[in-house]
Amino acid sequence: MSKFQQIGFYRDPKKAGYQLLPFNFTRLAGQEYVLTNAVGESLVLPRDKLETFINRGLSKIHSEYDDLKSKHFLMDDDSSVALDLLALKTRTKLQFLKNFTSLHIFVVSLRCEHSCHYCQVSRQSDDRLAFDMSEESARRAVDLVFRSPSPAIKIEFQGGEPLLNFERIRQIVAWAKERNLAEQRNLQFVIATNLALITDEHLEFCKEHSILLSTSLDGPEDLHNKNRPRPGRDSHQRVVAGIRRARAALGHDRVSALMTTTQASLPRVREIIDEYVRQEIDGIFLRPLSPYGFAVKTKAISAYNRDAWFNFYKEGLAQIIEINRKGKRFVEFYSTVILTKMLTPFTPGYVDLVSPAGIGIGALVYNYDGDVYASDEGRMLAEMGDKKFRLGNLLTDSYEDIIYSETLLDALEESFAASAPMCSECAFEPFCGADPVYHYATQKDFVGKKPLSDFCNRHMAMCRHLIALMREDPEVKDIFLSWVQ
Amino acid sequence: MLTLSGRGTIGLPSGKDHGRAVVRVVVTDDEVRAPTDARLVRSDPIPPGYAYYMAHPRDAALLDGAPSGAARLVLPDKFDYLAHGDVLCIWTDSGNVRTLHRRASRHNSFLVTERCNSYCLMCSQPPRNVDDDWIIDEILEALPLLDPATPEIGFTGGEPTLLGERFIGVLRECKRLLPSASVHVLSNGRKFADPKLARAWAEVDHPDLMVGIPIYSDISDRHDYVVQADGAFDETIRGILNLKRARQRVEIRVVIHKQTYTGLPRLAEFLARNLLFVDHVALMGLEIMGFTRANLDLLWIDPLEYQRELKQAVRTLAGYNMNVSIYNHQLCLLDRDLWPYAVQSISDWKNEYIPECAQCSVRERCGGFFSSAQYRRSTNIKAFTTDIPASAFVR
Repeated sequence: MSKFQQIGFYRDPKKAGYQLLPFNFTRLAGQEYVLTNAVGESLVLPRDKLETFINRGLSKIHSEYDDLKSKHFLMDDDSSVALDLLALKTRTKLQFLKNFTSLHIFVVSLRCEHSCHYCQVSRQSDDRLAFDMSEESARRAVDLVFRSPSPAIKIEFQGGEPLLNFERIRQIVAWAKERNLAEQRNLQFVIATNLALITDEHLEFCKEHSILLSTSLDGPEDLHNKNRPRPGRDSHQRVVAGIRRARAALGHDRVSALMTTTQASLPRVREIIDEYVRQEIDGIFLRPLSPYGFAVKTKAISAYNRDAWFNFYKEGLAQIIEINRKGKRFVEFYSTVILTKMLTPFTPGYVDLVSPAGIGIGALVYNYDGDVYASDEGRMLAEMGDKKFRLGNLLTDSYEDIIYSETLLDALEESFAASAPMCSECAFEPFCGADPVYHYATQKDFVGKKPLSDFCNRHMAMCRHLIALMREDPEVKDIFLSWVQ
Repeated sequence: MLTLSGRGTIGLPSGKDHGRAVVRVVVTDDEVRAPTDARLVRSDPIPPGYAYYMAHPRDAALLDGAPSGAARLVLPDKFDYLAHGDVLCIWTDSGNVRTLHRRASRHNSFLVTERCNSYCLMCSQPPRNVDDDWIIDEILEALPLLDPATPEIGFTGGEPTLLGERFIGVLRECKRLLPSASVHVLSNGRKFADPKLARAWAEVDHPDLMVGIPIYSDISDRHDYVVQADGAFDETIRGILNLKRARQRVEIRVVIHKQTYTGLPRLAEFLARNLLFVDHVALMGLEIMGFTRANLDLLWIDPLEYQRELKQAVRTLAGYNMNVSIYNHQLCLLDRDLWPYAVQSISDWKNEYIPECAQCSVRERCGGFFSSAQYRRSTNIKAFTTDIPASAFVR
């Protein structure tokens, strides 16, 4: 007689009975369903197994039982620690709320020497007073920045072309750094610039204050110059030279680039990615075109076919995966936002795909005219004439007026994805987010009807695609995992 | 394998109490003498002033010259490794000697108790339900004798946390007496389910303390079976959470055997999703000692047969940037992708190589065997005869 108990003593295969923990399920394709819970654990089951599971018909002899238990879809009377772990993961996932606003966008000038068709906001004007941020607004904006409790503060200068109001940038950096001597936040600066006008003086200043540069590169020369006209038709030449100069002055990793997708980009994703690789940039954000600003006025968006964008994305992602397979790390950032939610307990710091929405609590925008907006898209909408997301003005309103404004609170509360119609029962909800500005802009409603929403359709398609890619090939999952770190 | 305990021949001066003495080995006389110092004599003349004089059997005659009021001990055979600063326990009635600490070794650990609240299938130190509170007294006597520059020290059992506050006191003494020592404790973690113990542990505020806690499965009943204790999984997980809440360093230890290897990939996913914040994960080969020998058929699997599962687990853990190591494995059984994670982990006193290893080009990098591999080892051990570049070990 052994003094050891057999496995059956601890694990009776015949013993039935478990309770379901909260989860959603959505059909992937055919008979396959994906199950997810609020903390982003996921599992794919065939429909018959899903039904058996939900009808309490699974037992420990089924291989799915342990998978479902491990990922906290079910709980039996052998263990209750799932509740502790789910609570911990929920706290982790929502930790970003505790820190509050970390991104502060300063629109120091709306003027720009480019005249991009897709630009939502820029103005070509010599009237500095009309389109530059005043000294007083800038001072008050810095005060507001430090009202945020966030231990990390990122001040991003945007435009227009922000370097056209370089003097204001100098002042804001100086004031913020002075304030930070006492505040001791993790303070970081970014200038979003087309680099066409970058000078040694600018670069010296960036070096002195460890300022990051974020620029625009839309692809190969002809495409870039078509998308981004400027006097001399030399935008590409200037940005490539600017990237090189800025890297030499600041360091390779201090310069990043963003791509804007246009109708003309759609058939050319491979060339665009090749251009990024050629410029030694280690990743790309395959962005959809936003429905704001001139993009709407010029009907660019109507010509824009949702499926065409998705094919563009799929083809690009396939190419990027091949680049990674060959041993070069190259990241697709849009996928990475979703993959981080799929593969980790964390919420990525990307304000446009998060729930509760990132407006206000993730980012605030201080416009050139002193108006404060809940997001960059909110001020773009305002430039189109709808000031719905204007939270107040730097010269007349207090921090409390702005943060507790009904506009912000209503938009946050109404759009919360876990309780929005259709989102609340969607298995992709934990990987998705809420975008009240987008849905207001397109449907005049913070929530919107999801079947009519490009936002919804696009993210569902991306989730399905990413799950399928990982299931088809474990090496792809390894590559994706390397992106989310 | 080093012999750490044996029976010598003791001669006590009249009037000396019989009992147990913890002594420090002294070989050279240039340091201040303490009543607990035992002079190891190797030649004449014999310096005066020690309470204990010891000699190896071949030098036994030298002890005739020891001062008349001192105790004399002829050491057991095979204690030649003893060196200045080592610490011994001597039973003065029987002449039994046990080495508690070897100053030159980085693998010193104290067994704190033989009692345990688990009964693991593969326990290398089978628990006994005995009153052994004296052990902790001995440890408290030994710690002040250790070289204050001791770099590492371990505590094992049995289950050290069964001693509760008394064991916390040992940690406090380590902090006070051995300021540069990295302290490692092996525990099943269950007692930490009580937040009070986790807090008391944290309040020691030790600068370099790690507790190694085993998880054998992500599924409660499978873990409970391996440790033969119902409810252990929940207690262990809650214990780890309490320790991490108190900002203590925790290592997860997974012993790989026939009852655990199939679950490794999913366990790795579970750790990455739920316990990403632990400080180290050690995936460990089986030591053929204690209960493992009794349960050998239930437990033994040639490591070559679980490479697929091990590789997948390491890929997952490393993919999540978790700090993962493979312990107790021979390189010739490990997939080449796993070499960078393999650590020479077996304590020096029980670490051996077999004749086949003599001609192996990576022997110096290989963890080798437990001495207990004599009872069962893989039949696939094979020397590498070509040179292997150092890059094979880089992650």
